[in-house]
Order: sequence, then structure tokens, then C-alpha cells
Amino acid sequence: MSVLDILLTVGLIALKSVLLLVALLVFIAYALLADRKIWAAVQLRRGPNVVGPFGLFQSFADLLKFVLKEPVIPAGANKTLFLLAPVIFATLALSSWAVIPLSDGWAIADINVGITYIFAISSLGVYGVIIGGWASNSKYAFLGALRSAAQMVSYEVSLGFVIITVLMCAGSLNLSQIVRAQDTAIGILGWYWLWLFPMFVVFFVSALAETNRPPFDLPEAESELVAGHMVEYSSTPYLLFMLGEYVAIMGMCALGTVLFLGGWLSPIPFAPFTWVPGLIWFVLKASFLFFMIAMVKAMVPRYRYDQLMRLGWKVFLPLSLVMVFVVALVLKLTGLAPVS
Amino acid sequence: MKLDQIARGLLLKEFVSGFGLAMKYLFKPKATIDYPFEMGHRGPRFRGEHALRRYPNGEERCIACKLCEAICPAQAITIEAGPRRNDGTRRTTRYDIDMVKCIYCGMCQEACPVDAIVEGPNFEFSVETREELLYDKQKLLANGDRWEREIARNIAADAPYR
Repeated sequence: MSVLDILLTVGLIALKSVLLLVALLVFIAYALLADRKIWAAVQLRRGPNVVGPFGLFQSFADLLKFVLKEPVIPAGANKTLFLLAPVIFATLALSSWAVIPLSDGWAIADINVGITYIFAISSLGVYGVIIGGWASNSKYAFLGALRSAAQMVSYEVSLGFVIITVLMCAGSLNLSQIVRAQDTAIGILGWYWLWLFPMFVVFFVSALAETNRPPFDLPEAESELVAGHMVEYSSTPYLLFMLGEYVAIMGMCALGTVLFLGGWLSPIPFAPFTWVPGLIWFVLKASFLFFMIAMVKAMVPRYRYDQLMRLGWKVFLPLSLVMVFVVALVLKLTGLAPVS
Repeated sequence: MKLDQIARGLLLKEFVSGFGLAMKYLFKPKATIDYPFEMGHRGPRFRGEHALRRYPNGEERCIACKLCEAICPAQAITIEAGPRRNDGTRRTTRYDIDMVKCIYCGMCQEACPVDAIVEGPNFEFSVETREELLYDKQKLLANGDRWEREIARNIAADAPYR
């Protein structure tokens, strides 16, 4: 491989990354607006509707506001870590998108350990939270960070078992292969959400807890605490934390789409529907999951901290363990286990 | 009982019914009114900005009896009275309402024997300085001229109930 080839490859990857980044950030700007609009609509409010038609430019106005404000750095804070933490958080959230196949072959890095990579990256996200909470040199931020970290770690355990059941059915760690394993003649009925329905529910709830979304937004419960680990942050660093959070939420939606909703596959596997580009199906499915997450925010009351821990360790962990066993047994007995 | 609860939990009964309800609300007409472009309902007894009324022939109603000044719990009203130069009838020479002190209780309009001082339907009179809220007689009479139609309609609508 010559130097030119390497440069070309690097350039192509950079171009793809920039494209994905821009598309993703614009999509998230509107997902954020949709989140607020849905939340408002369920409460019979209108939501943001002043900036642009139907409030369509609200997210961009918010972005401008955050960027133009003065970043306040607390006197006792460790300045380097304080500014590094949000960058870590946002970067890690964004980097998990590298392996997500948006359509057949449309992943920036179609690596064979894609799911392990995502899992590792999302676990590292806790560091951004802990560093941010610690570097603020404020007891409230620190407590918020501890709560957040404890919550993210507990739900990662059951999330891991959920992923293992899917892996057993698909027989591959490659996200594209997992999607292809769901490509059967019966379309939507062949995807894993139906066959592994309890796991789909566990995945959905764990994804909420993992990304600190309501009803598990204890680290930053608006009505009780100020903003948990983000309490000392303002301006662009705060924006990066918020952005990282929403990127992580969309990342979980995309992961759920890949694992349970058949990624880019058409729900009805014959002619007029298979002509629709895979990207559109993927975006529709991810948006559906995001809609569900937004609805959950609007309708479910916040969990108490002990209830959160009870659900994680006493309900989801045993349930997912049993399901791993049951799925393995069924696959072995029926001979459905994928050969690789 | 316990088994029943577990079954419901596993089938997500609460979640599904809650989701249905939330979906119903999602598409309901919104309760928010688009305020600056759309006004909320105000009843005929709405107590907004004060106004001094006139008779249809242009004569001011106020006879300077000072009942409103006496009853005002916030002591926001200041009146000075004297005989008018051309016909000698008693009229106010000064009628000030300190809108900062006023608590919009409506006692002045209840006390008024000639329906001169009233609280109109207007509530959009915010200003940028405190001084602009110290209303004098001229301002109050101008308000009366401006809002007379609405005020008269409101008084007529409320009349059967007093």
C-alpha cells in the first residue's frame, strides 16, 4: 500500500465522518425540538413555537445562546479537567456512531467487534460524568456524578446480557451481520423485537437508565436537584454535556434499531417496500424509538433512587440472566443456533 | 394477588394504558393560547386599568364626592376638589391614582355613586418607568374616552346581577 493510498483512505474516512457528524447533529437538533414538542403536547401545551415557523429554529437559537454566553469556571475547580470532561463526554458519545450501519454497508468502520466497541465506548462515557463532577469542586456536582455513575454502571450489566442474547441469535458481533441475520422472508415478524420481546423491553428501559433519561433522570432531576454533575457548567461546556447526552440517546435508538428492529431492512419484504432506501427505514425506526423515549418522558413519573437500583439489580439482572439461559437452551434444542 | 401483580408487570399493563392515555392527550387541542396574537376570555367584571368616564354630552361624571379616595384600601387615590369656574358646580381639580400602590380590588368603582371611576378591561399598560404609572386626571379621562364602548357594554352586561 503506497502513501497515496493511505492518504486517500484517511481522506475518505474523514469525509464520511464529517458528513455523518453534520447529518447527525442536524437530526439531533430536530430530535431535541421533537422531544420538547411531544412533552408539551402531552401536557396540552404548545411547546417552543416562536423561533421560526412552528419553532423549527429553536434548537439553533439555543445553540447560539449557549455559544455566546460566558463560560463560568468556579474558583476552586481544576480548570483543565473541568473543561476536558464535557469534551470527553461528547466525543465518546459521537464516536460510538462510527460502527453503526445506517444502511447496507454504510458504516464508517464496519468492524467485526462493533457491538463490543459500542459497549466499551458507552462505558467510558461515565468518565466524562465523573471527571466533570469531581473537577467542579462542588459537593452537589460530585454527588450528582456519583449517582449518575452508579446508575450507568448498574444498568450496563443487564444491557450486556441483553446484547448477549441477541448475539447468540445472530451469531456475530458485527452490527451489519446482526442486521442481516434478521433478514428473513417474514419481514417485521422475523426481527428480534418479537422473538426476544422481554429482552427488547429490558433493553429499552436500560437504555433510558443508561442515558439518564426520564424516568431515570435522578442525577439531574430538574424539580429536585439543579443539574447533577452539570451544576457548575455553563455556556459551551454545558452545551457539550447536553449534546453528548442527546447523541448518546440517539445512539441507543440506533443500537436498538440494529439489534431488535432489523436496521435498514424493510418491514414488508417485497417489491414496493424494498425499493425504499435502507437509510430511510433506519431513520424511521430510530425516530420511532426516540418517539417512544420522548413519550416515556412525558408520561412516567420519576423513580426513587432505591427503586431504580432494585429494578436494575433485582428485576432486570435475574430476568436477563434467565433469558440468556432460555434462549441458549431453545437455540440448542431446536438446532436454530447460527453456525459460523 | 402477588402472581396477578407479576403478570401485569410482565405484560406492561400500566405502561400500555398510560401510553394510550398519553397518545390521546398528544392529539387533543392545546390549552395554551397564543397570547400576544390571541386574547384569553375576560368577563364583564374584569378589573383592569382605571378610567374616568364622561356622560354622552361630554360632561365628566365625577362629582368629587371623594368616596373612592376614602374607601381605597391602598390609599392610592388623591383628589382635590373645588367649584368650577363657569357654573360653580363641584368638580375635581386633581384626580390622581398611583397605579403602583393600587391593588385592583375594585372598591373605588363599587363606591362611586355615578359610575365615574371604573376599572376597564385593559390590562396591557406596562411602561418602562415608575413615573408613567402615576396617573393624573387627564390620563384617566383619556382612558375613559378610549375604552367607553367596552366599559358601557360590561356595565350593561353586569347590571342584572347587582
